[in-house]
Amino acid sequence: MKLLYFAWVRERIGKAEEEVEPPSAIATVGDLVAWLTKRGEGYAYAFENPKIIRAAIDKNHVRADARIAGAGEIAFFPPMTGG
Amino acid sequence: MIATIRLQAEAFDVGAEVEKLTRGRTDIGAVVTFTGICRADEAGEPIAALTLEHYPGMAEAEIARHVEEANARWPLLGVTVIHRHGRIAPGENIVLVVTASSHREAAFAAAAFLMDYLKTRAPFWKQVEQASGRIWVEAKATDDAAAERWSAPPPRRDAAK
Repeated sequence: MKLLYFAWVRERIGKAEEEVEPPSAIATVGDLVAWLTKRGEGYAYAFENPKIIRAAIDKNHVRADARIAGAGEIAFFPPMTGG
Repeated sequence: MIATIRLQAEAFDVGAEVEKLTRGRTDIGAVVTFTGICRADEAGEPIAALTLEHYPGMAEAEIARHVEEANARWPLLGVTVIHRHGRIAPGENIVLVVTASSHREAAFAAAAFLMDYLKTRAPFWKQVEQASGRIWVEAKATDDAAAERWSAPPPRRDAAK
């Protein structure tokens, strides 16, 4: 699946997007965050406070308990500050 | 209801957008516009400019979802939402919401609703340039509270045109 990162999540991880294949035990957005956190220092820094991280599956806001099966694109970003 | 949603790097002309929405119409009795403008300070510190990052595709989709929601809640005749991205200097426009209805109540309420949701749900992020460096603007709890007030049951919708 394709992962997208925005704003300081992108800066801390050091890339805007990547393709990943998480193991089948990774079922939810929250599981995915925990799995990503172990991939390196940048990920651990980006997700150090997972409660404030927002996620979207295929361009729709989702919560941490959302299931990722069938997702084409999952995005992670900080709370939004537009307008 | 005519809806126009645009994301763009370029500046926009508020008067021209209102004119586009109302030209030739005699059913519109009220137009409300909200314009968000880049200030020269953030959290008490001067800024040289801000840069808006967005999630292409989702930003448009999210705004469209809230325009539909506004149209379901109030009898609107037209909505225009324009949000800029990229580098914006103090004094320049950032965002425009125009709502048109037969009467003012719906136009005022829908404009406030759309702005409250744009702030907290549309995927945009502001970074400001200060003397100390580039800083990501922090989300405000007051913006969340402002969006929260719309989650009460919506008012009954009057007959819309």
